[in-house]
Amino acid sequence: MADLHTNFLGIHSPNPYWLASAPPTDKLVNVLRAFEAGWGGVVWKTLGSQVKNVSSRYSAVDYQGSRVMGFNNIELISDRPLDINLKEIRECVRLFPDRAMIVSLMADNDQASWTELIKKVEDTGAHGLELNFGCPHGMTERGMGAAVGQDPEIARLVVEWVMEAASIPVITKLTPNVHSVVPTGRAAVEAGSQALSLINTIQSVTGVDLDSFVPNPNVGGKSTFGGYCGPAVKPIALKMLTTIAQDPVTSRVPVSGIGGISTWKDAAEFMLLGATSVQVCTAAMKSGFRIIEDMCEGLSNWMDDKGFIRTTDFIGRSVPTLTHWEDLDINFHIVAQIDQNKCIHCGLCYIACEDGSHQSIRLDPGNPYNTYTIKEEECVGCNLCQIVCPVDSCITMVEQRKGPEYLNWKEWQRRGLPLNDH
Amino acid sequence: MPISNNRLPQAIYQENFQDIHPPFETEDAALVAANRCLFCYDAPCTKRCPTGIDVPKFIQQITTDNLKGSARTIFLSNIMGGGCSRVCPVEKLCEGACVYNLMEEEAIPIARLQRYATDRAMREKWPLFIRKPSTGQKVAIVGAGPAGLSCAHVLSREGIDVTIYEREAKGGGLMTYGIAAYKVTPEFCEEEVEYILSVGGIEIRYQQELGRNISLRVLREQYDAVFLGFGVGQARSLDIPGEELAGVVDALSFIYTIRSKGFSEVAVGDHVAVIGLGMTAIDAATQAKRLGAAEVTLVYRRTEAEMPCTETELNIARLDGCRTVWLAAPAEIKGIDGKVSQLVCNLMELGVPGPDGRRSPRPTGETVTLEVDMVIKAAGQIPFEYLADEAGLEHSHGSIRVDGRDGATNWSGVFAGGDCVNGGKEVVDAVQAGKDAAAAILRYINTPL
Repeated sequence: MADLHTNFLGIHSPNPYWLASAPPTDKLVNVLRAFEAGWGGVVWKTLGSQVKNVSSRYSAVDYQGSRVMGFNNIELISDRPLDINLKEIRECVRLFPDRAMIVSLMADNDQASWTELIKKVEDTGAHGLELNFGCPHGMTERGMGAAVGQDPEIARLVVEWVMEAASIPVITKLTPNVHSVVPTGRAAVEAGSQALSLINTIQSVTGVDLDSFVPNPNVGGKSTFGGYCGPAVKPIALKMLTTIAQDPVTSRVPVSGIGGISTWKDAAEFMLLGATSVQVCTAAMKSGFRIIEDMCEGLSNWMDDKGFIRTTDFIGRSVPTLTHWEDLDINFHIVAQIDQNKCIHCGLCYIACEDGSHQSIRLDPGNPYNTYTIKEEECVGCNLCQIVCPVDSCITMVEQRKGPEYLNWKEWQRRGLPLNDH
Repeated sequence: MPISNNRLPQAIYQENFQDIHPPFETEDAALVAANRCLFCYDAPCTKRCPTGIDVPKFIQQITTDNLKGSARTIFLSNIMGGGCSRVCPVEKLCEGACVYNLMEEEAIPIARLQRYATDRAMREKWPLFIRKPSTGQKVAIVGAGPAGLSCAHVLSREGIDVTIYEREAKGGGLMTYGIAAYKVTPEFCEEEVEYILSVGGIEIRYQQELGRNISLRVLREQYDAVFLGFGVGQARSLDIPGEELAGVVDALSFIYTIRSKGFSEVAVGDHVAVIGLGMTAIDAATQAKRLGAAEVTLVYRRTEAEMPCTETELNIARLDGCRTVWLAAPAEIKGIDGKVSQLVCNLMELGVPGPDGRRSPRPTGETVTLEVDMVIKAAGQIPFEYLADEAGLEHSHGSIRVDGRDGATNWSGVFAGGDCVNGGKEVVDAVQAGKDAAAAILRYINTPL
């Protein structure tokens, strides 16, 4: 049986799943419930300046009958009094000493405020700090949150203040609302941050109400840009995570992966691309803490199947497989193959290929069921038919190399090989 | 108890005749079902629909909150899409072709979704079609059933002024008078006719019967073209001794009585035999049971493999407790004091396939006798042969002969479609025949001589 135990900069947790800094981690009662449910750790909802929240606060994007493909919030950092938060953090650490307790921080923009806040938090017995350089709304107007994360030099300065004061590990949380997360990531690491976490939420407008004409969420007839998260942002988060895992400076530190993680599969993907721990929020907000059970069981079973004993056996394993386009092998060629015994004749592959790709599927009319076959000589191996096919493994992509040797675009050009003639 | 009415308490009648295919209770339920649809290309469901409703499109329109568009998609192909969602044998049409069947998964509930969209349109009286300005051309239609109404709607949309002559006091034809009450209510049928007429340009003259109040010759003179959609008549006679006994009734008359009177007024026997195994036979048998008959037996001269009704329909009868006797052909009805007491049947075996590909039954020499007090004849219906003869229309055993799908008869400017041509098929077939004929009529009246 695989071991999910996670050691993140000496912060131990029984599994790699932490609840991200958000409403599920803003008070004793739900954090205790989370720990009882089995969560490995929490990042306590951001402490810092006193704030006041508005109503409503959340909105979501549904997709073809499924709720919450994407989720958006305009909630600020913790609006509870600091001393109550600190007292409750201390109590949680006392009751569950084996779980990771990280506290998210966003102090006012001066060294004294950061120093004072860090001292108070360290006093609770918390195991680590996460610097909120990512919150995209409300706080940025005051020069905090994403306003820090979007400027590497400001981030560097703040991290330096933090490192002077902190005696427990510091994780810097990066905002995705930049063209690249690497510059701020580097600045944080160079200033001494022992770890990074990403991504925070992405600025968004989730939709416009077609009756009131006001975007969501509606606060008395107005809305504001919110932070987008949930399953929809996972691919963006994975890309940003990879850039951190591949950069020579940022790859030196452990990363806590965040962004749309809802299942053990999502978690495994983040870890394969370099995350040591993962943070979850939207999925828990949608379905409750109980999702942790399958997240642990599924990951453990998969690790057993793959022969991994501990998570470090596969963390970062897929990072080297992401390369530059020009290094891809042009001689690698696949063509689609339709298993006629599995085909249900829905025609989705045909119309997708016909209208959206390379017109490589033949339609032989039938009543009522048409027969669809691949025109192998036309098929470019794009995967589209396989992607839209509703039947598992009905369409497979079969390798038919164009040549035996590895041949990339640079070499292709150097040799003056011909381009397509159609 | 002999044949009698008022067998059950009112509450039981209501329960027995409640909607067999209830609608979605909530919008969310409809959305769950609609979102399962794969949106097939060149969809098998559409190809199996005689009226060619664009099923994936109307279901997708439900999912995008475009219910008006959804209803219009349905009505554009089938103006009786509301009624058809209740009465179509979808298990052999759209739903039977749904690709989910090939995954051994439940088919999309297409009929129920169709009902969801069309019910809303009818309830809200959405004006989904705008009639073109009148062209001044006039077309007469005989019969306000599915074929006639469908033909009328297409013509009226194109600006043709349509007059429908209807024998009964209500429109809808067999939809109103010939289908089990637990599938469509009389109220729904009236609403459906009203909704069709709401496009304007269609006048129905009720209680006008061809050959009695009106003649085809006069219609042909007064109108630019005529469409005949007068359906078929009573059940085919059994041609056996005892058919004149009290207690032998025709299935359509039996259903007509149920549809036009209160349930408690309809008389039914204790032991009822229903001859035949088409949809009408099922509707008669199940309703006899639901009216309080103690025992109902469906008598069919072939086997389950040849039966015209679908398995789903037969299962309704079976769940109602109806029995089936296979390979039995009525030979004689015996009576006491002029009333039915027994049905004697020849036991049959299947011989070689006939012209229709189905194996023909032939007597084995053995018989079986059923103790019954009522016999309902539902072995097909007889076309109005005399109407065709009187009008000088070519016909085949009473079914009017037409030129392909156009519905053109041998009389120029006279078109026909629906049961009076095909001998009795589904409502949805009649709707399509009305559409086809309307297209042919438009070509005909717009072609200069």
